[in-house]
Amino acid sequence: MEYILMIIGAVLVNNIILAQFLGICPFLGVSGKVETAAGMGAAVLFVMTLATLVTSCIQTYVLIPLDITFLQTICFILVIAALVQMVEIILKKISPKLYQALGVYLPLITTNCAVLGVAILVTQKDFNIMESTLYAISSALGFILAIVIFAGIREQLDLVKVPKGMQGVPIALITAGILAMAFMGFANLV
Amino acid sequence: MSKMNILTKGFFKENPTLVLVLGTCPSLAVTTSVNNALGMGLATTFVLMMSNTIISLLKNVIPDKVRIPAFIVVIATFVSIIDLLIQGYIPALASSLGIFIPLIVVNCIVLGRAEAFASKNSVFDSLLDGIGMGIGFTIALTIIATAREILGSGSFLGHKFIPGDGILVFVLAPGAFIIFGLTIALVRFIQSKVHHKN
Repeated sequence: MEYILMIIGAVLVNNIILAQFLGICPFLGVSGKVETAAGMGAAVLFVMTLATLVTSCIQTYVLIPLDITFLQTICFILVIAALVQMVEIILKKISPKLYQALGVYLPLITTNCAVLGVAILVTQKDFNIMESTLYAISSALGFILAIVIFAGIREQLDLVKVPKGMQGVPIALITAGILAMAFMGFANLV
Repeated sequence: MSKMNILTKGFFKENPTLVLVLGTCPSLAVTTSVNNALGMGLATTFVLMMSNTIISLLKNVIPDKVRIPAFIVVIATFVSIIDLLIQGYIPALASSLGIFIPLIVVNCIVLGRAEAFASKNSVFDSLLDGIGMGIGFTIALTIIATAREILGSGSFLGHKFIPGDGILVFVLAPGAFIIFGLTIALVRFIQSKVHHKN
């Protein structure tokens, strides 16, 4: 039950994009079409789960026992960068199809603050490794939900006449604001 | 390009947040009050200044193929330094900015300036560019935070001058998106006017 509440909380109530402001760059950058948004979402789900699993293992078995938690930022960002490269190389070898689908998005993920953000957040919340991984999966699902809905709205926005100064990013941000308002309706769910 | 131009281009003409739309996460997350915005802006300015200088010094030593990881290590070092300094000397700021201080590492402005400017220009020019871009980022955060703090809690820099609760939505997430969007639109409007005059 506790885990179900955590999943609902991370997907709907504390949505990683619309409530915690992590990963706004890909949210604005690759939300032009629903398919590309879903591709980006899948890549984030994959990398975020793996990265959080690895970083929380490093935190528990290396950084805390050696008392060097001040190296956390450097250590985590290097692990994530290396992991993304590795995933890219492995995917290219074993599943060229998946690589082609996710390929373009993978390098972008290194500088996606959502991945590093979740890795640091779970250490601040003192989650164990299993809870951390579950939290990462549900955060990524929240990311997919938000970016796919947003891409759907933006596809419709293309058909509307928008005032010149508001075209592009400004109208997208205001749409995101209204979407965030809708998500606030979930506030008392958990 | 003159030295003065390198310094001031980040303020308005190439403002990293409002014109180039980089570093959007902190501009939405920490702009609930002007205090937080100034703290975040100055911390990022420090990181930009130092990382630009060091990367420019090392530009001939770092092999081209591994430059991005090398840049990230330099940036992460300075982020850790400023993180520990803020935790030590301004704990109140550290708790209100929270996870967004370590996340300066993945702020696209910092890596973007390292790649686009510091790895190609002289040390002094890179230092100026870092300071200029940092100040531009701080200006943008302060504009957004001023609007959100006045509308949302009726105060400025913590001094309350409008009685009552304010419009709560501007302190919460939706207000951040809407104010940011309107600020970008306003900047575009001003730019088109300036452009028109010339």
